[in-house]
Amino acid sequence: MTLKNRVRKTILAAGVLAVTALPAVAGEFDGVTVNIMTQTGAIQEPLQRRAPDFEKLTGAKLNIIAVPFSDLYQKVLTDWASGTNSVDAAVFAPQWMVDYVAGGYLEDLGPRIAKDTAIQWNDIAPFFRDFSSSFGGKTYLVPLDGDFHMLYYRTDIFDKAGLKPPTTWDEYLTDAKALNGKEFDGQKVYGSCIAKKRNAQSYWFVTDIAGSMIQSKGTSQGTFFDTKDMKPLVDNEGFRKALEFLKESGKYGPPDELNMDVSDTRPLFVSGKCALNLDWGDVGVLAIDPKTSRVIDKTGSVLTPGAKSVVNWATGKLEACTAANCPYAIDGVNHAPYAAFGGWSGGINTKAKDKVKDAAYAFFSYLSQPAQSGVDVTIGATGFNPYRVSQMTYNDVWKNSGMSKVAGDSYLGAIGASLNSPNMILDLRIPQNQKYQQVVLDEAIARFLAGEIDEEATIKTVQDGWADLNEQIGTADQLKFYTGTLGVKR
Amino acid sequence: MSRREATTQPAPENPNRMSVAAVARTETTTPESRDEWLDRNSGCIMVLPAVVILLAFAIFPLIVSTYLALSRFALVGGSFKLTFVGLYNFRRLLFGVQQYHLLGTFKPFDWPEWLAFGVFAALMLAWLVRYAARAFTVLGFVGRLISAGLATGLVLAWLGTLATGAYEGTLLTTCVYVVVGVLVQFLIGLGLALLCAQPIRARNWFRVVFFVPLMVTPVGVAYMFRMMADMQKGPFAPVSTALGLGAWAWATQAWSARLMVLIGDTWQWTPFMFIVLLAAVENQPRDQLEAARMDGADAFQIFRDITWPAIAPVAATVVLIRLIEAFKIIDMPNVLTAGGPGLATESLTLHAFIAWRTQDLGGSAAVGYLLLFVSTITCVSFFNYVVRWTRRHQ
Repeated sequence: MTLKNRVRKTILAAGVLAVTALPAVAGEFDGVTVNIMTQTGAIQEPLQRRAPDFEKLTGAKLNIIAVPFSDLYQKVLTDWASGTNSVDAAVFAPQWMVDYVAGGYLEDLGPRIAKDTAIQWNDIAPFFRDFSSSFGGKTYLVPLDGDFHMLYYRTDIFDKAGLKPPTTWDEYLTDAKALNGKEFDGQKVYGSCIAKKRNAQSYWFVTDIAGSMIQSKGTSQGTFFDTKDMKPLVDNEGFRKALEFLKESGKYGPPDELNMDVSDTRPLFVSGKCALNLDWGDVGVLAIDPKTSRVIDKTGSVLTPGAKSVVNWATGKLEACTAANCPYAIDGVNHAPYAAFGGWSGGINTKAKDKVKDAAYAFFSYLSQPAQSGVDVTIGATGFNPYRVSQMTYNDVWKNSGMSKVAGDSYLGAIGASLNSPNMILDLRIPQNQKYQQVVLDEAIARFLAGEIDEEATIKTVQDGWADLNEQIGTADQLKFYTGTLGVKR
Repeated sequence: MSRREATTQPAPENPNRMSVAAVARTETTTPESRDEWLDRNSGCIMVLPAVVILLAFAIFPLIVSTYLALSRFALVGGSFKLTFVGLYNFRRLLFGVQQYHLLGTFKPFDWPEWLAFGVFAALMLAWLVRYAARAFTVLGFVGRLISAGLATGLVLAWLGTLATGAYEGTLLTTCVYVVVGVLVQFLIGLGLALLCAQPIRARNWFRVVFFVPLMVTPVGVAYMFRMMADMQKGPFAPVSTALGLGAWAWATQAWSARLMVLIGDTWQWTPFMFIVLLAAVENQPRDQLEAARMDGADAFQIFRDITWPAIAPVAATVVLIRLIEAFKIIDMPNVLTAGGPGLATESLTLHAFIAWRTQDLGGSAAVGYLLLFVSTITCVSFFNYVVRWTRRHQ
């Protein structure tokens, strides 16, 4: 089935189900205009596509304003903080919620959610419902997406080469090296494809690797800072190994990998040019699009690899996994699947007019309801990945999307395994986390990969940069926020 | 002003007219005096909208950004707070934790760097002494002192980073874009202008074609170049593969990435040079050209002795305009490489933009001001030492 057909089917299904599912009634929002800001491309697509249906159903006019991802945090914050308030609602990273809530810009959606049966709140996986969308005991966001980093591999290539998907980062490098440059189905493949461009997503991938060596005693241990004193967990052998991994994997990747973000690596994997790839859930559904994919039923998904030795926080040295230091190890390997980004979610400006807030909420609810979201998560172009319990098992919607049972079980199995991992890494959610990651970490990684600074200088830059931010913002306050978010019960 | 003088100070040699005017004034009532007031102040009234717009859109932001450059910005509880920090943002960029970003990562000088620096400093000193000895004015000397100071500073930064194999910051990267870019664009533009001034076939068609890139928005040009410069998937992939460049990753090496930015910038801005220089070339004195040809002068002699002197003032002016514009380059490096690899292609404007995006409004304004100082000093120096010189020697 083509993407167009699937989209058509989606709209039809939405039309039929919306009447029964929508909390709003026809014409309820006549004359109401809602300005919603989000990122360009994926995420913009489902919002833009579903807006006309919602307008027909409720009368609300929706303006979807799309800006590049790197500008989104700043644009929303500036608009709300400066009192311009031209943006009534936004779909953004739950990580940033902490800054928006601190300024008092986000509407508490708890009462609306409590009254809304159509959203089927309890169908949303507890992690996204209780952690991603909540802060300080209040619910500020409606989840629209579920985010985990996973490992994708070419099942056909691995079978032919007699290899099993890597479970450790060392195996990843060995496999990438062995497969790089080999010809399969008439085209040469790259051993590994990872987005490493500056000002893009590279900083999340370094945490994938470092995290699996730094965090081994469960989610609440954390991977970014020492929970005792907020000391950055950077100057250790795990982080060093992660830097070495990023550089080494580049040898088995596309020549211009340093200038690739996920919008470059995804088409590359889907066009059959990568044996291994690290990414969010998007690749799994992009791989089933018959229009663009050459890897239908050739894509396997597994937990992100892990490590057989983990960092002793006291010494900074790597120590072999034992039952004591790696209680959640699988076959002696410590995995730490990273809930990177946390899943795109919708929040509403508290300064918007009441009717506008209601319309914005109704739209987010409409998008999140299983009738719509169940289909949207099967379409690669949406940028939305499974986040509801009903989406985590292979069903007719997945079948209709063109995903085979084998591919579905592999893909949904990897998401489920990540979500249920007791050692899942929570993304950084302290005030101004964007500066820690998107500024300090991203720039240091970019300079390291470009050869401008060596490993030691990179470690020092990140360590000093984070410590400096802690000091500027207040180490004690940041520590409170950090330990507070880690104490989440899932 | 002259109008007011004309009405309030009537010519004394014509007493009759004065008395008539006086009578007229006493006979007039309120409406006439309003007209008179309007008449007297029409100059100011006419200028007022322009002044208000200038104050609102140029001077006011300039003052606000000065304050921002001296402050730390923070969002607090539904509003924002500006804390005055003096020159902290500038200190941080020039001498502090952000020095690597603006100026680069310095390595200690060895003797060749010391020698080169010594020679350059001596040249600057000799230039100042020569000026002081020949035609000294205080303003002229201070201006030259500022120009020499900036040039010496840039050479110092260049020797301490690029020349020693270390990494330079956004200031020198911008200077590379400005100097190399403007020079190449000028040479290509001049070449095309000279060609299109010849009586060749499809002359007008060429003129339009050469002018088109200037009409395209810079972001569009940048995206187009990003696609075209893709050695693996781009439209020229078969060519680059045939040439053995398929695996060449220009974006991963500092100088090749800068080269690609320069190629894109040159493609976009050469037409500007071309169109202005073409007008200048076509306006050169025909009689002199014909006389030179009659006397058997060759093409180079004609260019050196007739064309170049005729177009030099225009050439200097167009280079000046382009210099001002070139300092502001942002779209090309932002779209092509997002400033990477590392910091290699990041210009000062992109530096300021990235700082702004991370809410470091003070740091962003400070970078903006440093760019303003560097570009103003460079352009004023160029105007004084080159543009005026060519006008004098026309």
